[in-house]
Amino acid sequence: MLESKTRSTAATDSSHPSGDPRFALIDRTLKRFRFQQDALIEVLHTAQEAFGFLEEDLLIYVARQLKLPLSWVFGVATFYHFFSLQPQGEHNCIVCMGTACYVKRAAEIVAALQTAYGIEAGQTTPDGKLSITAARCLGSCGLAPVLIVDGQVLARELPETSVAAVARALASDRPDAERNGHQSASNETFEEDNGL
Amino acid sequence: MKRSDLQAMAQREVDRQQAFRCRLLCCASTPCLSSGAAAVQQALDDAVAEHKLDAEVAVISTGCMGPCSRGPMVTLQIPGQEDVYYENVTPESARQIVAEHVAAGHPVADKIMPSDLPFFAKQTKVVLANSGVIDPERLEDYVARGGYSALAHALREMTPEEVCAEISKSGLRGRGGAGYPAGLKWDLVRKAPGDKKYVIANGDEGDPGAYMDRTLMESDPHRLLEGMAIAGYAVGAEQGFLYVRGEYPVAAKRLEKAIRTAERRGLLGSRVLESSFSFRIDIRIGAGAFVCGEETALMASIMGRRGQPTPRPPYPAQSGLWGCPTLINNVETFGNIVPIIENGAQWFASIGTAKSKGSKIFALAGKVHTTGLIEVPMGITLREVIFDIGGGVGEGHTFKAAQTGGPSGGCIPAEHLDTPMDYESLRALGSIMGSGGLIVMDDTSCMPDVAKFFMEFCTDESCGKCVPCRVGTVQMHRILERITNGSATSDDLQIMEELCVMVQETSLCGLGMSAPNPVLSTLRFFRDEYEAHIQRHECPAGVCQMTEVPTLDLVDALPRRIRELGTVPAVLA
Repeated sequence: MLESKTRSTAATDSSHPSGDPRFALIDRTLKRFRFQQDALIEVLHTAQEAFGFLEEDLLIYVARQLKLPLSWVFGVATFYHFFSLQPQGEHNCIVCMGTACYVKRAAEIVAALQTAYGIEAGQTTPDGKLSITAARCLGSCGLAPVLIVDGQVLARELPETSVAAVARALASDRPDAERNGHQSASNETFEEDNGL
Repeated sequence: MKRSDLQAMAQREVDRQQAFRCRLLCCASTPCLSSGAAAVQQALDDAVAEHKLDAEVAVISTGCMGPCSRGPMVTLQIPGQEDVYYENVTPESARQIVAEHVAAGHPVADKIMPSDLPFFAKQTKVVLANSGVIDPERLEDYVARGGYSALAHALREMTPEEVCAEISKSGLRGRGGAGYPAGLKWDLVRKAPGDKKYVIANGDEGDPGAYMDRTLMESDPHRLLEGMAIAGYAVGAEQGFLYVRGEYPVAAKRLEKAIRTAERRGLLGSRVLESSFSFRIDIRIGAGAFVCGEETALMASIMGRRGQPTPRPPYPAQSGLWGCPTLINNVETFGNIVPIIENGAQWFASIGTAKSKGSKIFALAGKVHTTGLIEVPMGITLREVIFDIGGGVGEGHTFKAAQTGGPSGGCIPAEHLDTPMDYESLRALGSIMGSGGLIVMDDTSCMPDVAKFFMEFCTDESCGKCVPCRVGTVQMHRILERITNGSATSDDLQIMEELCVMVQETSLCGLGMSAPNPVLSTLRFFRDEYEAHIQRHECPAGVCQMTEVPTLDLVDALPRRIRELGTVPAVLA
């Protein structure tokens, strides 16, 4: 708490006291919307883009800057599916569960992935390697069932081929470089933060 | 920019385009990109350079051409000849098209999709007229096809009253689902007192299985902006918001670019086309909440709050964003404005049926031969859409039902295939037009399972504000779960029917009110399937596992048993 107080008072400086340049991105969005409280969702979008997920510390920072109660910010962040309060895995696999994919047996794909990796849709493996997400509709209904593995869209999948595709992605160890960069960088900074 | 500058710009672009001997259009919308359109475009570019055809052949990346399941699509346009559509193009066949068709004039026969197929012949492109023909990222392409001349015409020759009257006369109804007359809404906002008014385009297409709005935003962003600007002029608003679903980053990026370009050229922003009218458009990115498709929830979301609906009245037309009168229409509705102003209300009213005018875009998907995006005149029968345009269901299967309207709609069975697709006929069948998702199901789909799928969706997406929706959807989902795993009793069916009516009548917003629709419509047309699950413990389609058995309700059954026997059963004594 104390830490975030110093943070908000120092926010007028060009850089954030933690030295993390990603806060500058949030500050830029804040300034673009002239610190209007109505811009909360836009600011959260920027924060999530920069950090990969919304850590509690980040929510406190946003709440302070917009002069909103933390409960309000937390309420909005948890209301929308898009915002994630948990770190995501190194690799991600999004299974479309839209109607078109569902009638073409997307549920079996999810079930196959669940048994293969022991996690439910919406969870990350304990080693932080893989996140499985079920999406509402990816809007590629003509290609149903659709799967996105590390940003790559795979069309007309079967349970076996999807498990194989995820296994390939995990084995390649060349995940979505950007996300990985964010992830490891953010972990470092949070450790530093805790150290302070 | 003045009107004359606009005309000069259009002329310049037309001249530039005519200088090319032919144009290769490569679809760059999301479905084609996922099938490898980027590599195809690269191959086309390389092949054109290789054959030294740069000066006479233009390679253009366009929006959606329609038959998404046959992508990547490439169209070859040669002036004076009919367009040739190539389907399932690979980088190799792209090089072949350039080498054989473009350079030597011999079409690559095995990749051609005949242009006289009912898929193309039965469509009426009004809103999608530019989609798949222009480069969505170039303003000049849009202007060359008459873009922004409708706005110029409205600003110069029409009063706001006349614009509203024209929209009313056209008979255009909201394309978001409910079908409220657009002209009436515009007039309400125009007459509402207040200096500050807003226009919102609802592009939060959360309905699973629907992607019309995304395609329109990605393929022809300027048409949407122009439609919004005309609306702003008609109702007296100077600020517009475009609410784009968070899952559509490409659409948001293209719209952002389109807004910047239009503002730089004086087609948006202050003093539009050097008139006294100013109109700004800002994009708001949704954050993944289906309920934000509801207008009051969407406005809450624009104001940075949780997307929870508020009771109506007051309607947004009286008190919307920040308490100001607000016009809120679906993206597709705004897509219809330009053609109406351009061609007149009479022309528009000549398409469609007596009560549903114009055309409607459907996202045809599911178990049908050709899936994709189609635009058909209102009143076309479901049979024509599925069997002529879509090419019917797969070999060896029979058509079972078509689902329209997503989680708020219903299933239409085979005996109603000749129903005309318009707002009233679909409602009479217990479904709705909805935003235009059309999922075809064959005999391998289990209807209680489909109902369960939609109920799970509603349970998850219920915002939690009102009790009937928050609790009712969970209860209905549990019953459907029991039906599909074999543990339901016939009481469950009755309880579910009662719940449906209760949730429908007492929910706060459209999400809850329409959540029981998929259950009610499947119960109405496929009751035998529910009964097979409950009484015979079998799933006719072979989808449900049926691993459980009904649990005897001891609280209820034991006292009755004791009464019957006159003594406590031996096992319990």
